[in-house]
Amino acid sequence: MSTEMKGGHRQLKIWRGDRETGQLVDYELDTEPGMVVLDAVLEIQASQEPDLAVRWNCKAAKCGSCSAEINGKPQLMCKTRLDHLPADEPITVEPMRAFPQVRDLVTDVSWNYRVNEKIPPFTPREGLPNEYLMGQADTDRVSEFRKCIECFMCQDVCHILRDHRLQEKYYGPRFMVRLASLDMHPLDGLDRTDLIADQAGVGLCNITKCCTEVCPEGIKITDNAIIPLKERVADQRYDPLLKIFKRKGRQGRKKV
Amino acid sequence: MSTTSEALKPSPAYGEPRKAGATARRDRWWVQPFLVVAALTTFGIYTIVRVILSTKYPGVYTDGAHLQSPMFSPDLAGIFGFHTKLPWSFLVLWAPLGMRTTCYYYRKSIYRSYFLAPPACAVAGAARRKYSGETKMLLFMNLHRFFFYAAAIVVGFLAFDFVRSLFYATAGGGTSFGVSIGSLIMLINVVCLSGYTFGCNSFRHLIGGNLDCFDCSASTRTRHTLWQRVTTLNVRHQEWAWLSMFTVWGTDLYLWLAGSGVFTDPHHIF
Amino acid sequence: MTVIEKHDYDVVVIGSGGSGLRAAIAAAEAGAKTAVICKSLLGKAHTVMAEGGMAASLGNMVPEDNWRTHFQDTMFGGKYLNNWRMAELHAKEVPDRAIELEHWGAIFDRNDDRKMHQRAFGGHTHNRLVHIGDRTGLELIRTLQDKTVHSNVDVFMETTITRLLKDGDRVVGAFGFKRPTGEYLSFSSKALVLATGGSGRIYKITSNSQDCTGDGYALAYHAGAQLVDMEFVQFHPTGMVFPPGVAGLLVTEAVRGEGGRLFNNNGERFMEKYDPKRMELSTRDVVARSIYTEVKEGRGSEHGGAFLDVTHLDGDYVKTRLPSMYEQFKELAGVDITKEPMQVGPTCHYFMGGIKVDADTGATRVPGLFATGEATGGMNGSNRLGGNSLGDLLVFGRRAGLGAVEEANRIGPVSVPDGAVEDAHARAAEDLAGDETNKENPYALHKELQQAMGAGAGIFRDKEGLETAIAEVEKIYERALNLRAPSSRPDYNPGWQLCQELRNMTTVSLMIAKGALLREESRGGHSRLDFPAYDDYWSEHNILQDGVGPDLDLTPVPVVRKDDLAELIDERKQQEAATK
Repeated sequence: MSTEMKGGHRQLKIWRGDRETGQLVDYELDTEPGMVVLDAVLEIQASQEPDLAVRWNCKAAKCGSCSAEINGKPQLMCKTRLDHLPADEPITVEPMRAFPQVRDLVTDVSWNYRVNEKIPPFTPREGLPNEYLMGQADTDRVSEFRKCIECFMCQDVCHILRDHRLQEKYYGPRFMVRLASLDMHPLDGLDRTDLIADQAGVGLCNITKCCTEVCPEGIKITDNAIIPLKERVADQRYDPLLKIFKRKGRQGRKKV
Repeated sequence: MSTTSEALKPSPAYGEPRKAGATARRDRWWVQPFLVVAALTTFGIYTIVRVILSTKYPGVYTDGAHLQSPMFSPDLAGIFGFHTKLPWSFLVLWAPLGMRTTCYYYRKSIYRSYFLAPPACAVAGAARRKYSGETKMLLFMNLHRFFFYAAAIVVGFLAFDFVRSLFYATAGGGTSFGVSIGSLIMLINVVCLSGYTFGCNSFRHLIGGNLDCFDCSASTRTRHTLWQRVTTLNVRHQEWAWLSMFTVWGTDLYLWLAGSGVFTDPHHIF
Repeated sequence: MTVIEKHDYDVVVIGSGGSGLRAAIAAAEAGAKTAVICKSLLGKAHTVMAEGGMAASLGNMVPEDNWRTHFQDTMFGGKYLNNWRMAELHAKEVPDRAIELEHWGAIFDRNDDRKMHQRAFGGHTHNRLVHIGDRTGLELIRTLQDKTVHSNVDVFMETTITRLLKDGDRVVGAFGFKRPTGEYLSFSSKALVLATGGSGRIYKITSNSQDCTGDGYALAYHAGAQLVDMEFVQFHPTGMVFPPGVAGLLVTEAVRGEGGRLFNNNGERFMEKYDPKRMELSTRDVVARSIYTEVKEGRGSEHGGAFLDVTHLDGDYVKTRLPSMYEQFKELAGVDITKEPMQVGPTCHYFMGGIKVDADTGATRVPGLFATGEATGGMNGSNRLGGNSLGDLLVFGRRAGLGAVEEANRIGPVSVPDGAVEDAHARAAEDLAGDETNKENPYALHKELQQAMGAGAGIFRDKEGLETAIAEVEKIYERALNLRAPSSRPDYNPGWQLCQELRNMTTVSLMIAKGALLREESRGGHSRLDFPAYDDYWSEHNILQDGVGPDLDLTPVPVVRKDDLAELIDERKQQEAATK
């Protein structure tokens, strides 16, 4: 083993509460080596607090259900090892702050699903063969965005949504990633630049990169999705030189 | 078993926005913004003072070689014959400084450290009545690519400055080739500034990122290769940004001291 | 008086994994008013965990590949117990389903001709699996998810179905509750599709998501449907064995597809002993039993597994082809797989058995009830080939959706009898209300069930072990019936949910154990220590199960053959005989 794994006695402070109020409640348990925060929470649920509400599915960092704020930072509970957290202090586990609370560690993330419905889906450009031809270079660029597991931690940490509460004006990093995956799909036939600039509100992002920092899939949200989208908006709206040289608009893409 | 450690309080999820600095993080998240403010402020003040103080044309001339400080390049008088008594360097400094101000990396660190928007991830920022991001006052950030064009030209002049520093005017009116510590420092500076300038996110977009399809024709494939090269620089854009800022600073300081006679720039003429 | 929210649909799909979403899309596109019910959030279904890819005989890598070879591979992998028609439809239609996914925006890795790349996988004659890195399931679910929300399908997230509602013999709807609030709701449907997946959570060591609690098997069983092949459980050869918290977590077969090798603690490449021809890419049942045997005979790794090694491959290649495996081991086990071998062992992965359906339409024998995906049995026989699940979801998801629409169009309006709703509501409310006299902990009971099944009905079985398991599970079944939620709050109450799921899981466990006891032979995902060889009778028979409550009725029936395919089957059998 290249890294040592430690078990031992640990303390957790878990948020218990409903829509209005709640409190951090202390729990203690003996842990096995290699345990993750979700293991500890489920062990507490099974043996001490059968009522503890927590959302989880795969426990393999593939579904993005168990997002929470661990010691103040948005993290997947199933991917955060206890022995990577300071041993001499209790571990706090709180629900995501940017979404309405359901109960305990569970939040209502339905807003995200409503946003997704507003984004025009992949629409193939005209004249494509039945079996698509595409290069690996394009696959690589787009597939980074499609790694997203929709844990919504980028939405949670984004200060535009978290602190400024501009859900009406900004779709959030997750959907900038979604928009980038469509905008950079070599066979897509829509030009969503106006949507990106106006309804989705890419201009509100001040590229402070917290979304990238918390992404459990390591997607370079800011550098590979948001900044290129900002540049694509700049191409059409803020670049007089391009206006002179490139009047046609984007080939094969219809404005939406 | 469970014990309650505190009284009931409002739910954190979608509760009231909090005061600046509020967070459940327990690490020293404030160190980074503090260092950024300290470094950028110092650099800014140094630059302004230096440019105002040096209304003349501060090159270093040792044995007939001309070493031009990067803060005063291009050398308007020496190359273009342009003379003024004002702090002229602002006429050229707007380009690299404008590039840095509108740079996607610096924007991150400036918004975080100066505007506390937010100061660190999952830490509440300074409460502002209306947050508008880069849609209103800061819309000009979208002009980054134009600052990049200008700054790239300046990098060209810095390369020229380096080459010029290798030629020593001899007494007979000829030139001979030589190398000094100062010129090597200038070379390092040009390399670092190139690493920063050509790793620019806008450049990355213009060189290939703006393509909808990388693998559709010979020209898009070439641009994809170039895009990959720029990407290699771009993933370290932050590091290049700081490194090049310090090399500019260091180069200027070195040439300033050498030029004002504190020491003589060691050199060898071949 | 509790308000029960009522909804009317033509087609209701229960389950939002690959097959459920594909069924919903098919139904909605055919004009039916369609709802899809997710036990969790949309896009979190167990399909996201599929890694390796989807087998489709596109012939992009090997032009001579075709549906016939794929059909033969599937039948051979299933040891000829498959429903021939299902295997045929699957092999024929899956290329179209793969292409269709691309039309809906899915992205797959490419080959040099800029077509979909296809990788090698256990049991497939040719390179056949279209894939994107090692997260093909996520690509599939996200594509279908986006297609669904733009296809005019109503999505009910975090809604638990506790019972199917019947009017006479016909299924006419479903009853359940919304998890976040505990509010009750009932659906009426002209046709209802079960797409509820498998039941891996009956075992402790499983690659399955916590949602996989066999809900559909139990719902269908109680509604009067038949189940088939329930004794066949696929143990994936390579699950993580360490640290304990992640034991069972899947290590994709793509690791072996890309060239990974298996070693025991003597450094022997032990697959040479068990299947020298296919080595690591033998069928899953063979590799799983081989690893199990090596470990049992004392040649295992320190944590009780075998060593799976990719260190001979280029490190960067491993990171691009198997990115999530690299991440998973680095993050959770502290192992850099480009430098050290992985330790792996068998983990419960897939249920070959399931609801018996008509191959072409997904119809069960209960009017108004359809099923698709892992919830059904037949397609995979006694053992599923890797890569044959994702295709199964799409091919039969679409067919079940269309079958349901046809049914909905055929029959007139349906009405849900009030009594049925009241009964279902009363039971759910009773579970929630709690019971002072019964303080059974559902979490502990779940562990007991997993213990019993792992010990008696796991990868290797025998008469004695199975009888013990059945006796234990029958007791647990009774206790589960009396189970009450530990807390009576309705909002996001995990114990309440588990009460329902435990009853489903014990029902499924009984089916598996009883089926396994009856099948006195070893074949595919069913290995009897006391009957280690194939049996002539059983090589021709599937076991059907139906019944009332814990009283299961098991009936062996001949395999569903199809004469025009006999030639292909014989051809493969001869090839196999010739190489032995």
